[in-house]
Amino acid sequence: MAEGLSLPVFDYTLRMVALGSGALGVVSGALGVFAVLRKQGLLGDAISHAALPGIALAFLLTGSRSTMVLVLGAAAAGWIGTLAVMQIVERSRIKEDTALGLILSVFFGIGLVLLTYIQRVPTASQAGLDRFLFGQAAALVGRDVALIAGLGALALLVTALFWKEFKLLAFDRAFGESLGIPMRTVDVVLTSVLVLAIVIGLQTVGVVLMSAMVVAPAAAARQWTDRLGVMVLLSAAFGALAGVSGALVSSMVERLPTGPTIVLCISVIVLASLLFAPNRGLVWNAARRYRSRRRLRVQSVLVDLYALARQHEHLEHAHSTAAVRAMSYGRGGTLASLRALEQRGLVRRAGRDLWSLTPAGIREAESLLAVGDREAP
Amino acid sequence: MTAERPAIEVNDLTVAYRDRPALWDIDLEVPSGVLMAIVGPNGAGKTTLIKAILGLVRPAAGQVQIHGRPYEENRRLVAYVPQRGSVDWDFPTNVLDVVMMGRYGALGWFRRPGRRERELAMAALEQVGMAAFADRQISQLSGGQQQRVFLARALVQDAQVYLMDEPFQGVDARTERAIVALLQELRASGRTVLVVHHDLQTVPEYFDWVMLLNVRRIASGPVDEVFTDRNLRLTYGGRVPFIAAVAPQGTGVGGDGRVGDGSPGPGRLAGEAGVAAAKRTADGSER
Amino acid sequence: MSPELEIQLVAVVVAVACALPGVFLVLRRMALMSDAISHAILLGIVLGFFVAGDLTSPLLVVGAAATGVLTVALVELVYRTGLVKEDAAIGIVFPALFSVGVILIARYAGDVHLDVDAVLLGELAFAPFDRMEVAGRDVGPRGLWVMGSILLLNVAFIAVFFKELKLTTFDAALAGALGFSPALVHYLFMSMVSITAVGAFDAVGSILVIALMIAPPAAAYLLTDDLGRMIGLSAAIGAVSAIAGFWLSFLLDASIAGCMATMTGVAFTASFLFAPERGLVAAVRRRARQRLEFAQRMLAIHLAQHEGAPDAVEESRVDHLHEHLRWTPEFAGRVVRESERRGLVRREGERLWLTEFGRAYADRSFVAD
Repeated sequence: MAEGLSLPVFDYTLRMVALGSGALGVVSGALGVFAVLRKQGLLGDAISHAALPGIALAFLLTGSRSTMVLVLGAAAAGWIGTLAVMQIVERSRIKEDTALGLILSVFFGIGLVLLTYIQRVPTASQAGLDRFLFGQAAALVGRDVALIAGLGALALLVTALFWKEFKLLAFDRAFGESLGIPMRTVDVVLTSVLVLAIVIGLQTVGVVLMSAMVVAPAAAARQWTDRLGVMVLLSAAFGALAGVSGALVSSMVERLPTGPTIVLCISVIVLASLLFAPNRGLVWNAARRYRSRRRLRVQSVLVDLYALARQHEHLEHAHSTAAVRAMSYGRGGTLASLRALEQRGLVRRAGRDLWSLTPAGIREAESLLAVGDREAP
Repeated sequence: MTAERPAIEVNDLTVAYRDRPALWDIDLEVPSGVLMAIVGPNGAGKTTLIKAILGLVRPAAGQVQIHGRPYEENRRLVAYVPQRGSVDWDFPTNVLDVVMMGRYGALGWFRRPGRRERELAMAALEQVGMAAFADRQISQLSGGQQQRVFLARALVQDAQVYLMDEPFQGVDARTERAIVALLQELRASGRTVLVVHHDLQTVPEYFDWVMLLNVRRIASGPVDEVFTDRNLRLTYGGRVPFIAAVAPQGTGVGGDGRVGDGSPGPGRLAGEAGVAAAKRTADGSER
Repeated sequence: MSPELEIQLVAVVVAVACALPGVFLVLRRMALMSDAISHAILLGIVLGFFVAGDLTSPLLVVGAAATGVLTVALVELVYRTGLVKEDAAIGIVFPALFSVGVILIARYAGDVHLDVDAVLLGELAFAPFDRMEVAGRDVGPRGLWVMGSILLLNVAFIAVFFKELKLTTFDAALAGALGFSPALVHYLFMSMVSITAVGAFDAVGSILVIALMIAPPAAAYLLTDDLGRMIGLSAAIGAVSAIAGFWLSFLLDASIAGCMATMTGVAFTASFLFAPERGLVAAVRRRARQRLEFAQRMLAIHLAQHEGAPDAVEESRVDHLHEHLRWTPEFAGRVVRESERRGLVRREGERLWLTEFGRAYADRSFVAD
């Protein structure tokens, strides 16, 4: 589990780890967008868990520990798992969440049986398979990175080619069918590419945490943009950022496993996005609500002052803060609102704690009231 | 190209969910250039009929022909407007992009929409009065605006036959009028429009043809011929009638109590009572 | 008791204890909450371990279960913002909590007896070695007592809140209107799921807990419509899978927990394929029968409609049917033969006549709705 001691930045291993993690972040981030938009975020979880028996079986059948063979086994099992989920949902009354949980855990159980079986077969050492459970980024070598990059590029290329079909599938499948596009085939292609994106990350992040690399970058990216293309690019960038920074941080701090560190990095990005993204972010929304509440309060103080002044022959008749406050039923902030109005030249101080409307303030109050009248039913 | 054969020809169409028929032995001929409503109670199979015509559900029997050729061959002549609620409007895309989706079928594999598609989409948006919203994110649209966007998406398909699933559901009165005007424009230009419709009151006002459906086709034809109180009773009467002749006759209905011809009289009143009764069952959504 | 027997006993108790809350997870469409909870409790276990100092402390169970409930609350919090959908909320929250747990273990607990493999995968084979002693007397494996208590707690919970669980599961709105608090029942229930998951991780690990919670109820769901019976069947399927899993592991010399999960998968597959009414085989058979039955009905109605019409002769010819009803000639032949056998139609050469019975049958086809 423990990674090596802190390493120089240009160390070969570190470079490979950072490159591999970054590449898988790009691919899973980009493909994750479609999974999240189709509300299939947890399909990634099922696929990554379901891949485990494939890895074990690939090793059992070929005796090879090469990443290529194991990744292919993982892809086959992940694909079969997805197919099983779809079939269960389509052909029985089992709902999707149950089917996902079932396939995820049962496949994982089968994988565990095979792994423990392999460990006890005297000819095979367990080394090499265990790394898929939690990922072992430090073990990445040039060949692995090339494989991640190659398969990842393939996945991205297919996505680019089927861009508009994937978009249609995620947005309005029935309409796509009515156009004569074979949406089932498109679905199979997209699912296959998603499987590819997931299995190339297993070695680095591990089956347990890989689903986060599918869901989190996309969920973060969604907060920053309303365009699908931008979302895919952003999501890929977030994935890469998390991959590289996670790999770097974990290499610099003793006993900090890479996979979980990458996941924490992407979690921080998600949290920041949920809070601070313009337009959608929670802080942004709270600020907007606060501003609009304040604007309303200031307006209502102005109108209150106008109403008070109407009771006198002169509209610029001054009133005390207390008189205005009395009209606002303890909404609070009366003094602050009056000061804000004073700054805007709508109200002026007519003495100590006395306020009166300026001509501009009278016009503003009247126009506010007129709008109010027009909008009233 | 559209003259001789009916725009839509449905023969012996039967659709079953499990062992119960959702549509039974539907025969339907829709001539070119009519604006036709499909009405019937909940669960009558209105949406199923549209989906079956589009090949989205597999029929147990029957054929659909569009302008004289099987649907598969003349698919390009048909445009579809699904129910507004069938998609996630929080999807990250804008209005123009959604409208351009209408061109995806014509574009074929691997080709991206380009300037031509953009121009067509803008023209369609112009037509539905949404050109100013082209760059708007779709989650910021009102229900009526969403519906107009869906209409525009169908318009760019430049089809001969339009199938629409409840385009008036949940839209404001102004949008409803605008959509009706648009549908009538389509009809005027020789297009055929089939609309799943819920509000019986407006059938005579909006449409020139109507189909009354309740698993079986009760009647179809020009509104002033078939939109009668008797047919409405047959359609909304609770049970699915087998053969029109077997159904209750003369049960207090004043002959062909026509609806919507504007003439006062007992027939008209009876018709309205029937419509009101039917409307109660027609409310709510069908699924 | 022999160790083998003790292991099997623990396995059965764990399986049944998991299957009981699993029934409601499946019915409430919250199966993936078990995924989230069982992963996230790793963090609770680690934190509890730091505080309590050993893995068997009750404090640890409580702390870890609290993490499970916290996970549920966090998922809801994220989902409620409206910024992400529910599946994404789950997929964001639990990997983050799990990662913190793994990192804590790697950094601070490396030398003590707590490693991720053990938490994730469990090891039932060790169950007999951890004994429970009362007043100096050995009373059996500790795991048996822990899970036995949790099982009893689950049984009691379901017995006491059966009505509330049932109501909130099938009609939350009605439950609220009747004065039950769906939220309260929800959190009580999620606490039970968390406690069960914590108790079971020791034996089967936190991922295979999901299999024991989901697979038996899913299998039972295909076998019955009755909630009470579904609970009983789930428990039984869980127990049988546990024992079968033990013997499979004996045979393969592989992980017991993995074999148990595999057997629950086998049980589900069997149910999916062979359930008397909802199984795949039954469905295929029924569909074939229905297709024939439906076709006869169509034939009767087809004939009835054209009876007496000018095109009756044309429409009533056997060789015409496949064209008109889109049947293959073979299928049309079968339908006609079957209809003749049932007395729906009479055949004269190529011409078909509807019998009186057939006409009534056609009539009935419509009014039945």
